[in-house]
Amino acid sequence: MMTNPTGRLTQGQFSFLPDLTDAEIALQVEYGLQKGYAWSVEYTDDPHPRNTYWEMHGMPMFDLKDAAGVLVELRECRKTFADCYIRLVAFDSTRGVESVAMSFIVHRPAREPGFSLVRQESSGRTMRYTVHSYAVDRPEAERYGK
Amino acid sequence: MSAAVAGPLYSIPGAPLAEPDPPAPAEAAVSQARTVNEVLASTQAGAVIDELDRDLVGLAPVKARIRDIAALLVIDKLRMNLGLAAQAPSLHMSFTGNPGTGKTTVALRMATILQRLGYVRKGHLVAVTRDDLVGQYIGHTAPKTREVLKKAMGGVLFIDEAYYLYRPENERDYGQEAIEILLQVMENQRDDLVVILAGYKDRMDTFFRSNPGMRSRIAHHVDFPDYARGDLLQIAEKMLAQQHYRFGEGARAAFEEYLERRLRQPQFANARSVRNALDRARLRQASRLFAQRERALSAEELSTIAAADIRASRVFQGGIDAPQPG
Repeated sequence: MMTNPTGRLTQGQFSFLPDLTDAEIALQVEYGLQKGYAWSVEYTDDPHPRNTYWEMHGMPMFDLKDAAGVLVELRECRKTFADCYIRLVAFDSTRGVESVAMSFIVHRPAREPGFSLVRQESSGRTMRYTVHSYAVDRPEAERYGK
Repeated sequence: MSAAVAGPLYSIPGAPLAEPDPPAPAEAAVSQARTVNEVLASTQAGAVIDELDRDLVGLAPVKARIRDIAALLVIDKLRMNLGLAAQAPSLHMSFTGNPGTGKTTVALRMATILQRLGYVRKGHLVAVTRDDLVGQYIGHTAPKTREVLKKAMGGVLFIDEAYYLYRPENERDYGQEAIEILLQVMENQRDDLVVILAGYKDRMDTFFRSNPGMRSRIAHHVDFPDYARGDLLQIAEKMLAQQHYRFGEGARAAFEEYLERRLRQPQFANARSVRNALDRARLRQASRLFAQRERALSAEELSTIAAADIRASRVFQGGIDAPQPG
């Protein structure tokens, strides 16, 4: 698929950049905290673009003052779910907004097989298209292992 | 639960944002400082230390210790600038003393000093007790403690009556779990947060004896002495002045006598008892003025605590255990 020659998942902010270092992640988190967002850590092994709701790792972190707390949680999630995608999500609780304000991937599995294009013939000469992640052909929790 | 949270947690679109944190010390200026004065000037830590000296009555040994600690931190900064310091010093402290001796107040100031000198990033204080750390059932304690620790990161975690964390009489108590997590974070994330344990002296000593790991990780033990009678009187006057009240004729002497009697009675909580006594005196003053419905009251009268307001206290009528006079 030459539209994405690196084969990397591109969802959320910064996903076309090289992976952020922990120091860079801390700076982004700090920015969000200054804006009053609540950060949370989420992970998944089914990174389909329409899979909006990833699994939560712990509760969303309200009332934090410093990025160190979020990074503690992130490090723990990385240890537990090394073979998953992990993202940080910032929730803006401003009245009338109440939705996700920032979201970016902070951890990827070592091997990212990517997606295939699936064609389905329908009535007449109509073609229906969808994407299908190669990884989800294997059962849950075995998708990104060796 | 936490004392650090101020104001509502929501905001309204278009409304001005909450007050920004005080500006961080000018990093460049600090890293080039070569004299103590340069460090104090560029961090404005000196102002906080002086304020502590000025605002808090008595507590001479505590102030001396805080000054020592601040001096150590400033010198460490200078050493670091010349590439001498090896690692961040351990800053965890224990504040011991009777109730109402100003432990929380000093902890708040300490947080500011540490923030100004750049040893904690945010300088907020999260005050917790056993309830906030220890869970109710198996598996509840660890997440609860971690949550509090995460909130305190970048600032100071103040654990009031820390000895309640350890209950030797119940071996299944979850407090031990909280202590273990606390110890781990105190050791591994020293530059992320500073822990201050507070409580009565004798019970804290027992606590440290049964938790040697905790004792060895705490670098500074500060003991808060009880206030002398003169100090308490000075505190009372400061409190009244803050609320725009003052002692009327003979009231100061009456309050001195009150303190003398009160000190001999049980459950005296130093500055806290003084505040409560003054609050009750204000109540009596209010009902005294309230009774005179027709009179125009001057600002003078409204802000004066009379001797009679103080002498009506239970302390003058046989002690705090005596029934309240109707």
